[in-house]
Amino acid sequence: MAGSHKPIVWGLFAGGGTVAAFVLPALILLTSLAVPLGLLPAESLAYERVLAALQHPLARLIVFGVVFLMIWHAAHRTRITAHDFGVRQDALVMWLCYGIAAVGSVVAAVALLRLGSTM
Amino acid sequence: MSRRPYIRPVDRATWWLRQPRYIRYMMREVSAVLIGAYVLLLIVGLLRLSQGEAEYERFLDGAWGNLGVAFSIVAMLFALYHTYSWFQVTPKAMPLSLAGKRVSGLAIVAAHWVGFAVVSAALLALMRV
Repeated sequence: MAGSHKPIVWGLFAGGGTVAAFVLPALILLTSLAVPLGLLPAESLAYERVLAALQHPLARLIVFGVVFLMIWHAAHRTRITAHDFGVRQDALVMWLCYGIAAVGSVVAAVALLRLGSTM
Repeated sequence: MSRRPYIRPVDRATWWLRQPRYIRYMMREVSAVLIGAYVLLLIVGLLRLSQGEAEYERFLDGAWGNLGVAFSIVAMLFALYHTYSWFQVTPKAMPLSLAGKRVSGLAIVAAHWVGFAVVSAALLALMRV
């Protein structure tokens, strides 16, 4: 096959951008702001409760999919944006952005796999 | 033979400050940096959750502290701007025809916002104790 990784990167970028557009504002509001701002009780995100919600493999797969797509979307756009800010070391920026996304994806996968065997 | 065209000097790092249109473009692009940072925070949260209750509680103390809340507010504003700009281009990215008639761009964008409201409400329902 004529080697170009562009379609894959673009698919992840568009998929992640779409997922982020639909879920991220509510996700940030509910998980990071609602409790400290007093909109929801702290029990909403109590340890046992979150653990129980993630017991079903499908739930963990969905969480992984959402995190994975969003981090690759962010990595790709950040790489392109670095160029807009006058950074011309694209190879370095690419390794940095995609490297962080790759490490983040692996950490998310490992954490979710371990969550499956905690209860 | 070789003409030397006049090239207006443009600052590579600050060119986008000259026009509101460019600033909006950059805000859209920079949303990715905030989204990426927030997703990394989320991943650390998952990791702490998998390490046990004490680690998870300590993570929440940090994430829900003043600094964490300030960061999350900025991240949420950029995430909202990402949603707005992403939905705004959908009529161009995927024009839609129903029964041979072009669906108006406004209807496509509005449908996306309805979807956004449904997803947000579903997430809230999931969190309610």
